[in-house]
Amino acid sequence: MATREAAAPLRLRAERRRWGEDVVKGVLALCALVSVATTVGIVVALFEPAIEFFRHVSIVDFLTGKNWAPLFEPSSFGVLPLIAGTLLVTACACLVCVPFGLGAAIYLSEYAGAKTRNTLKPMLEILAGVPTVVYGYFALTFVSPLLRDVGLPVGVFSALSAGLVMGVMLLPTVASISEDSMAAVPSDLRDGAYALGSTRLQVSTRIVVPAAISGIIASFVLAISRAVGETMIVLVAAGGQPNWTWNPMEAVQTMTAFIAGTGQGDVPTGSIEYKTIFAVGATLFVMTLVMNLVAIRLVRRYREAYE
Amino acid sequence: MSADEHRLRSGRPRGRWSGRVFYAFLLLSLAIGFATLGALLVQVVAEGYKWVDAVLFLEPPSANPKIAGAEPAILATIYLGVLLLAFTIPLGLGTAIYLEEYADRNRWYNRLLEVNIQNLAAVPSIVYGILGLAFLVRGLGLGRVLLAGAMILTLLVLPTVIIAAREAIRGVPDSIRQGAYALGATKWQVVWRQVLPAATPGIATGSILALSRGLGETAPLLLVGALTYVAFNPTPLGEFTALPVQIFQWVARPQDEFRVLAAAGIIVLLGILLTLNAFAIWLRNRYQRRW
Repeated sequence: MATREAAAPLRLRAERRRWGEDVVKGVLALCALVSVATTVGIVVALFEPAIEFFRHVSIVDFLTGKNWAPLFEPSSFGVLPLIAGTLLVTACACLVCVPFGLGAAIYLSEYAGAKTRNTLKPMLEILAGVPTVVYGYFALTFVSPLLRDVGLPVGVFSALSAGLVMGVMLLPTVASISEDSMAAVPSDLRDGAYALGSTRLQVSTRIVVPAAISGIIASFVLAISRAVGETMIVLVAAGGQPNWTWNPMEAVQTMTAFIAGTGQGDVPTGSIEYKTIFAVGATLFVMTLVMNLVAIRLVRRYREAYE
Repeated sequence: MSADEHRLRSGRPRGRWSGRVFYAFLLLSLAIGFATLGALLVQVVAEGYKWVDAVLFLEPPSANPKIAGAEPAILATIYLGVLLLAFTIPLGLGTAIYLEEYADRNRWYNRLLEVNIQNLAAVPSIVYGILGLAFLVRGLGLGRVLLAGAMILTLLVLPTVIIAAREAIRGVPDSIRQGAYALGATKWQVVWRQVLPAATPGIATGSILALSRGLGETAPLLLVGALTYVAFNPTPLGEFTALPVQIFQWVARPQDEFRVLAAAGIIVLLGILLTLNAFAIWLRNRYQRRW
């Protein structure tokens, strides 16, 4: 009996093909294709008009010109003031979200008990759920006057107030991803260090942070990418004039604010002004894409290392 | 953690002052987040609470701030929410089921799909606005209509929903699937009758959080044309404005009365979003199962 069963291998395949099952799989794959179509759509939507734009404007002038005046006569298409504005706001945001996001992550991962962590973490994430236009309002009506009160020479609009508020908005992003990667560090490493007489400060900064560094850097990169792509805070609170400056007290226009400002009007389709939206959008997309891919790769590295 | 271990760890800090300074810095890090949230709420409520009244809910916007309301904007936000859920849940769930239950992870195209979704989740929202402007509004000739806004918001939150639904599906233990297979169920029967019911709380929580994110978005709607002056109640194929866009419009005006109106609008918007978030958290805590 036993020998006969061994001779005839088990047939696990279905007797007949179930077409219904294949249809289901096909429909599900179609759903998945929507995301692919979205990416393709974004690339086509951005780059086709952008390439046309670069037929009229040399790409070197675009990337190195220091004067952005697409709607004036004579027009000038140097994107550097917009990039500088974006970087200035991003730098202000990083001043807040990098040290304090990391601090919050270390507290949650190394100092807080499980109960504290489980209450504080969702509360912190409320910050990430506040709509960005609300942050813009807050920067304009609370932070800017506050900065003036402490004696900083900021006007109604400034890169600094938009950036600081953006930094607080990004704090939970940094804290959450960094905390995840710190939680993935095996407790053996901590216990070993404690056994050798380390203090909690030493364990946190010399053991846990170095071991979780790829996830921590990923959280920084992702926060920078989101700061570069953030629109509403800068549209409301950073100003609306391109400004080639590195002074955070001044008003600046970012790439996103330019796109939103120009795209909401009735710019005629096909005009060179209309195409600037796409040229700037393509620049923005490439910058954030590179950072996102770096972050995705870094996150994957810490997951692989300890799981 | 045993009692002994606990005593060892919480003994007097030997780090002298450096440990304390560091600890103070960590507390400051958290305090900055909570202080900002508190200041924001106080500022908004103190400015705007007087104007959260019947006028705000029942009147169209106006050049005179005293009689200006946000009825069309609030209704449009509700319509957007309904359409958003109707589009996002089938698409997001379908993709998540495909990736978790059907896709062979060793195939390059499935891995590419995964990275693609992760990346889409981090694409700036304004870029989705450009996509909407180029394809839906001008390319398809849909015009600046509510439906185009809902479609763009759908694409925007889809990656979030997919990622949440995948996690919920992955949380269903394999023993459930094996048990159903052993009783002769087909793959789809296993997914539809066992995996999905078990994953529903996680999926619902993720979808509601995504809904709340979508309803708070402003930038993509600006490009799809929600900034037009709309004094009438919205229809899916008509011009529209949404609550966050209306708030932006009011904030952008220099007069102080409009700032107050914006604060009142923000109270309503935050009220809607915080209710959704609280509901999502309640759902998770109430129905979440530990296997």
